[in-house]
Amino acid sequence: MLRFLIRRIVVALLVAATVMTLAFVMTRLSGDLATSIAGPNATQADIDAIRKAYGLDQPVIAQFLDWVSRATMGDLGDSFFFKKRVSSLIGERMPVTLTLGLTGLMIALVVSLPLGILAAVKENTAFDRAVQVVALLGQAMPSFWLGLILMIVFGLQLGWLPISGTDSWQSFIMPGVVLAFSAIPALTRLTRAGMIQAMGSDYIRTARAKGLSRASILLKHALRNAAIPVVAIAAVQLGFMLGGSIVIEQVFALHGVGFLAWESIAKNDFPVVQAVVLVLAVIYVGLTMLADMLNALLDPRLRSA
Amino acid sequence: MRRGWKNIATWIGAVIVGLAAFCALFAPFLVPHDPFTQDLGKRLLVPFWMDGTDPQHLLGTDQLGRDYLARLIYGCRISMMIGVTVTIVSGVIGITMGVLGGFIGGRVDDIVLFAITTRLSLPVVLVALAVVGLLGSSMTILMITLGLLLWERFAVVARSTTMQVRNLDFVAAAWCAGCSRFRILAGEVLPNIASHLVVVATLEIALAILLEAALSFLGLGVPPPLPSWGLMIAEAKDYMFFSPWVIMIPGVCLFVLVLGINLLGDGLRDTFGARTDP
Repeated sequence: MLRFLIRRIVVALLVAATVMTLAFVMTRLSGDLATSIAGPNATQADIDAIRKAYGLDQPVIAQFLDWVSRATMGDLGDSFFFKKRVSSLIGERMPVTLTLGLTGLMIALVVSLPLGILAAVKENTAFDRAVQVVALLGQAMPSFWLGLILMIVFGLQLGWLPISGTDSWQSFIMPGVVLAFSAIPALTRLTRAGMIQAMGSDYIRTARAKGLSRASILLKHALRNAAIPVVAIAAVQLGFMLGGSIVIEQVFALHGVGFLAWESIAKNDFPVVQAVVLVLAVIYVGLTMLADMLNALLDPRLRSA
Repeated sequence: MRRGWKNIATWIGAVIVGLAAFCALFAPFLVPHDPFTQDLGKRLLVPFWMDGTDPQHLLGTDQLGRDYLARLIYGCRISMMIGVTVTIVSGVIGITMGVLGGFIGGRVDDIVLFAITTRLSLPVVLVALAVVGLLGSSMTILMITLGLLLWERFAVVARSTTMQVRNLDFVAAAWCAGCSRFRILAGEVLPNIASHLVVVATLEIALAILLEAALSFLGLGVPPPLPSWGLMIAEAKDYMFFSPWVIMIPGVCLFVLVLGINLLGDGLRDTFGARTDP
């Protein structure tokens, strides 16, 4: 178990270091950052001042080492536009994104676990096929478009839910549903496949032979084994949701981290952009590591991997 | 029964994809009007199923008086072009990495696995937005950026299928016959994993089309005045509460096209018995 843990941590650190490099390279792609920050009407003096103020007059290698050494210590620099520490900016916006991501994940699990289990129990029936059709439809749905449709129907025509903002918990329902849509197909399919596999196994036959009730077999024996891959994918999906919430935050004007990144890209505020990419990647890596460890705890067979 | 149901779904997918390909290829001959010509006197005309429609414009006009049907057909062309190009770029990258990792193994495979892990940790939409935002939006930049970001499923599937094929008897026979490494890869391994890769390619086209629409919707994808479906939805957003059809029409097209591609992909997967899960 310890070796497994160390291996995972080393890989995670290497991934974080690579992302740090990629985020730096990405923001330097445009060539001269100072010119693009200053805008089209800037004088040469303005550009020089900006270059000096943001350390862009240093050689690229020096800038890179500076970014890496500071970011490793948790110092993500200052935002040009907001005139604030990037870390405090992200800290302010993170609760909105986290709330959205967790709401999305909860909704996705609440929908896909029962659907997947029922589809497995009723394998090859009309219900099973209907669930698969729903998964296909969900997969093809453009999330931003679904968001707009929900806004028209539930926000404007029915007037049940607020269209934008983060004033109350109701504000998170529509964005949460939209975000859940991206995860429901994968989670449902996985639950169904896991349950079908578990239901065909020897220990279920034993449980049946013992005369246990159907509910007990399904929920206690089969689900516990089918849940292993679902737990892992749920953690990974949460990572994807936090990264993908940028589109939904924009649609519903939720001022989370994704919205911050979008504003910063539009304003060429590169310290914020590279920091958000790094933070989201680190969260994702952390979540996958958590998923691996949960899996190892739930299923001892995986520990040697 | 089940087989028949699956077949129908695959055929529906094939028909949708075929129609979209036809629209994409022959867009200039199909459109009733030029998709870029503005007519401010005919703004936001309603489509044919509503009252007060203009027979000249079957699906109405947008906020600048441009014919909606013409823009839709050109939008289909853009979606298909992006989907196919991105898939080719990401396919070349992903298949090369996956096949090399799976075939050679050892250190090379470790590096490939690490690259896949790193790529999965990057938030795709955000990185694509940032790159397009910094380099300026154009079709070429968009296609290259997405191509460089979406290779991981190709790599995962190419790697795992290569590993299976590598140990089969006909590959051993080719080694014994003295075939070169390249000959074995190109002549024995690739043809035998091709069916799996075709399935991944269809799913990838669908994903690329959805991502392009999302990026264009956020204003950092296909640049205006090009009629990308995502961009059409973004431009129509201000009018959606009064005339919902302006976002319904391009959205439904996007949804149906992606659904069609996925149906076709699923059908191919069943036909080939291919695996696409990591």
